[in-house]
Amino acid sequence: MLADKDRIFTNLYGQHDWRLEGARARGSWVGTKEFLDQGRDWITNEVKGSGLRGRGGAGFPTGLKWSFMPKVSDGRPHYLLVNADESEPGTCKDREILRHDPHHLIEGCLIASRAMDAHLAFIYVRGEFIRERQRLEEAVQEAYDAKLIGKDNIHGWDLDIIVHHGAGAYICGEETALMESLEGKKGQPRLKPPFPAGMGVYGNPTTVNNVESIAVVPEILRRGAGWFSSIGRPNNVGTKLFMVSGHVNRPATFEEALGESFKDIIEKHCGGIRGGWDNLLAVIPGGASCPVVRGEDMMDAVMDFDGLREKKSSFGTGGMIIMDKSTDIIRAIWRIAAFFKHESCGQCTPCREGTGWMMRVMERMVEGRAQKREIDMLFSVTKQIEGHTICALGDAAAWPIQGLIRNFRDVIEARIDQYTYSSTSDGAVPSIAAE
Amino acid sequence: MASIKVDGTLVEVPDYYTLMQAAEAAGAEIPRFCYHDRLSVAGNCRMCLVEVKGGPPKPQASCAMAVKDLRPGPNGEPPEMFTNTPMVKKAREGVMEFLLVNHPLDCPICDQGGECDLQDQAMAYGVDKSRFNENKRAVEDKYIGPLVKTSMNRCIHCTRCVRFTTEVAGIAEMGLLGRGEDAEITTYLEKALSSELQGNVIDLCPVGALTSKPYAFNARPWELNKTESIDVMDAVGSAIRVDSRGREVMRIMPRVNEAINEEWISDKTRFVWDGLKNQRLDRPYVRKNGKLQPTTWEEALSAVAARIKKAGNKVGAIAGDLAAVEEMYALKGLLASIGSGMTDVRPAMSGIDPSMPRSAYIFNPTIAGIEEADAVLIIGANPRKEASLINARIRKTWRAKNIPVAVIGERADLTYTYDYLGEGFETLVDVAAGKGSFGEILAKAQRPLIIVGEAAVSHADLGKQVGRDVIALAAKLATGANVAEGWNGFALLHNAASRVGGLDIGFVPHDGGVCSADQIALAGKGELDVLFLLGADEYDMSAMGKAFVVYVGSHGDNGAHRADVILPAATYTEKSGTYVNTEGRVQQTARSVFPPGDAKEDWAIFRALSGAIGKPLPYNSLAQLRSALYAEFPHLANVDEIAAGKVADLGKLAKAAIKTKSAPFGSAVADFYLSNPIARASAVMGECAALAAGLRQAAE
Repeated sequence: MLADKDRIFTNLYGQHDWRLEGARARGSWVGTKEFLDQGRDWITNEVKGSGLRGRGGAGFPTGLKWSFMPKVSDGRPHYLLVNADESEPGTCKDREILRHDPHHLIEGCLIASRAMDAHLAFIYVRGEFIRERQRLEEAVQEAYDAKLIGKDNIHGWDLDIIVHHGAGAYICGEETALMESLEGKKGQPRLKPPFPAGMGVYGNPTTVNNVESIAVVPEILRRGAGWFSSIGRPNNVGTKLFMVSGHVNRPATFEEALGESFKDIIEKHCGGIRGGWDNLLAVIPGGASCPVVRGEDMMDAVMDFDGLREKKSSFGTGGMIIMDKSTDIIRAIWRIAAFFKHESCGQCTPCREGTGWMMRVMERMVEGRAQKREIDMLFSVTKQIEGHTICALGDAAAWPIQGLIRNFRDVIEARIDQYTYSSTSDGAVPSIAAE
Repeated sequence: MASIKVDGTLVEVPDYYTLMQAAEAAGAEIPRFCYHDRLSVAGNCRMCLVEVKGGPPKPQASCAMAVKDLRPGPNGEPPEMFTNTPMVKKAREGVMEFLLVNHPLDCPICDQGGECDLQDQAMAYGVDKSRFNENKRAVEDKYIGPLVKTSMNRCIHCTRCVRFTTEVAGIAEMGLLGRGEDAEITTYLEKALSSELQGNVIDLCPVGALTSKPYAFNARPWELNKTESIDVMDAVGSAIRVDSRGREVMRIMPRVNEAINEEWISDKTRFVWDGLKNQRLDRPYVRKNGKLQPTTWEEALSAVAARIKKAGNKVGAIAGDLAAVEEMYALKGLLASIGSGMTDVRPAMSGIDPSMPRSAYIFNPTIAGIEEADAVLIIGANPRKEASLINARIRKTWRAKNIPVAVIGERADLTYTYDYLGEGFETLVDVAAGKGSFGEILAKAQRPLIIVGEAAVSHADLGKQVGRDVIALAAKLATGANVAEGWNGFALLHNAASRVGGLDIGFVPHDGGVCSADQIALAGKGELDVLFLLGADEYDMSAMGKAFVVYVGSHGDNGAHRADVILPAATYTEKSGTYVNTEGRVQQTARSVFPPGDAKEDWAIFRALSGAIGKPLPYNSLAQLRSALYAEFPHLANVDEIAAGKVADLGKLAKAAIKTKSAPFGSAVADFYLSNPIARASAVMGECAALAAGLRQAAE
């Protein structure tokens, strides 16, 4: 378990002063100039060496991503784009950083910008995060006033930070849709290639990073890459913000080391499952788009990227949704399907047409008003979407349903049987809800 | 060049080629909906998915991925793509199923039936029954104008129409509103599209969501006879296909001609066909007691012959905008036989002098050559109205290379930004002297394109000298010191299909003849006894005095109302006629239907008349006429070719002394939709004109 001294986000719950004064007292903006002075390669190598993997869900190594930026500019400016469009259901870590530890992020922006030769960083804040944006803007202004960033700042690396406010579309969290939206266009993902590192915002080389990935960088440099990589297990190192929602005794957001067991984490931070461990039905381990896992399979799960891949799910953002046995699991997944149907951008065919189709079949399955053969049909529809779309929203919409069918086929079949048996000769059926 | 293996076949293609192009080079067919050669890549239909080796491990959109995006194998083997593997088949079948789940099964009542991409590709990739048991999506139909009918349930959101209107047509009026399942294609405010190229979205739409409103439910594609022909609505000469059933033209479609119209046509070209059926002159008329009475050919011809015999050589002829070379040649021959050189094909007081060389009256750089220009000056023209496709080419070049464009004359929305220099002759003088920032740009330009419009060349009120001076100044600009070798940037933009052909065969005053304006003036004074109007309707009919007016044409328009004898003739869809477009390119129309009633082909009318006056023309068939024509004007025999004008001739013109002090340039086409007798007879064009003029609110 993570020791208090190893925590990066020391004001996660907002007990302390979030302003520059308080952040400085907690160690922010210390030694920043020395890091910058060692040059972009040193920073990139340090981040590579720390083993930091992107905290936005896909887990792509952050240092490697930075190294994709052109080494020498061809005349086009480079940009850092911070993705603070945190919209994944079950995920609520970036907002805590924005409102309680904004200087971690701002300092991280400066260092990351040095590592990619950028003099302009955009922070795209989710539309619904109004207070968070205000606080971030205040913090950015503080940093400007203290000459920490901006032109001719004390660190010797010019950086302007632009806080941009989204309009509340989930799809704008996809990096290329984010760039479209930032440019003032409709938030629809772009085709890749070209990748953002070659052609991003306004056609210039851009790196898109999650808020948490950027916010942990200053601490990594201060304490050394070795410190970060010593936490957790190989390939899954460091500390991570976890969010637990649902049927636990104390839902919480907290920082914990990667590689701890699911059971320990829930016991330590959330006071166990509501009604005891036997009452655990299912877990969505990393935000709504990750496949659901049966409760009994989660008992020995290790909470990191590889640990959850073994469970045929995904670590995602670390936002766990815990469901006890009072949950109607079919209805829960239907709700997620409805979410993705609502958030599909409508650009490419499989996602536009498929999300609505899946949601409607799920709607019937909630009641049991379906045929058992439709379970396989639904599964094949999810497979027809997965991997055939422009962006990952199609995959994200398909996985929860695949997880449901893989793990809870018996529940769906039982629901269908129940509906069929309780139907009467004239077809009228007592609703499930009434029972 | 890069090599790539397509289904095992190694091909060498340029590395910027997309996988789709590489597959085509290797002979593998890839289905697509959203991809279109002339539009930006959207990659959203997902129908063109292929499997690649050396790229991501999932199916890739072949329209969007370039050959250079793929990595070679570990030992340097060329990357591979597959178009026929189980993965590809499954992906395409999946996409097809998704496209069909919300697509109505209304092919029997859909106008696209028989020429529908979705229908065709469903035959190859569709399954025979649906697994979709839910309700289909219902989308309200949109009003987007009088030309394009919408049936939005059928839309598959390929966004071709959106990309066409924003990229090619240059109007930001169409878009995809909403998101996900609720995404809908519409004009933003459900107003009529304001582009004169909007009809092309009908061809672009791969399904029946956007269909032709005037043609709605009129015919099925397999019932139509298709005739490849040439458009005469403007001097561009777009390649068209006339679809007819029985004796009726049912619709007009574009053909691909990279040199002229690529694959677009203007709305006037496309929708004018109802004008071919209205107001037609289908029998000869003779004016008796002040009223036009139907009569027979014999009577009409002898009435005309009698007047001609009396008139001696006091006979004039003016050719209108739609006249073909053959009939002008026959009419010129007829007049020559009675000793008259009073022929003219030009508008009143044109500065184009009969003595001028060919390079002074054609669009020398050619339409395709616009794309090579590095600066464009438009003098007294509104190319959007006068030659919509030339305007589209300028916009294409402007989008691709951001070339500087400037306008002297009417300030209009041309769909690209330009420097507005001034409204008249004084400004042109300044620019030609290299003054002002654009004058400097032109002086430095290696490939300047100087477009001279009809409005700058013809000044009915100010006389011929203005036009001559405009041509001289434009020639000077086009032959500047820095102009690249082999580039001829002098571009006269005619707006009538008959003009260049008429100038080529000398249908201009000769042997003592006078120009069109003077002919009318002579007629008004009673010094010209007989005046032939060969489809000429754009002149002042009230000024012709007591002259005996013979109208030879197809429609009951201005000329027919004034006429003393009407000889009914054929339109461009009813005859094989030679037209020379503004570039000087010789093209021929083809007959797709017969003229209505007793109407005859124009050249045959003049041949018959020549017999009636006892001086028969030396040809009895179109073939004989053409061999005589070709003997006299050999370049007309080279169909689809341009006999290029000489730059050196322009250099001489440029030295002419300038006498004009000032003159305003307007626009030659007042109303795009009503610029000729066929268009004026078309109800569809009338509605468009009313809408464009703001006289009518958008209905529905």
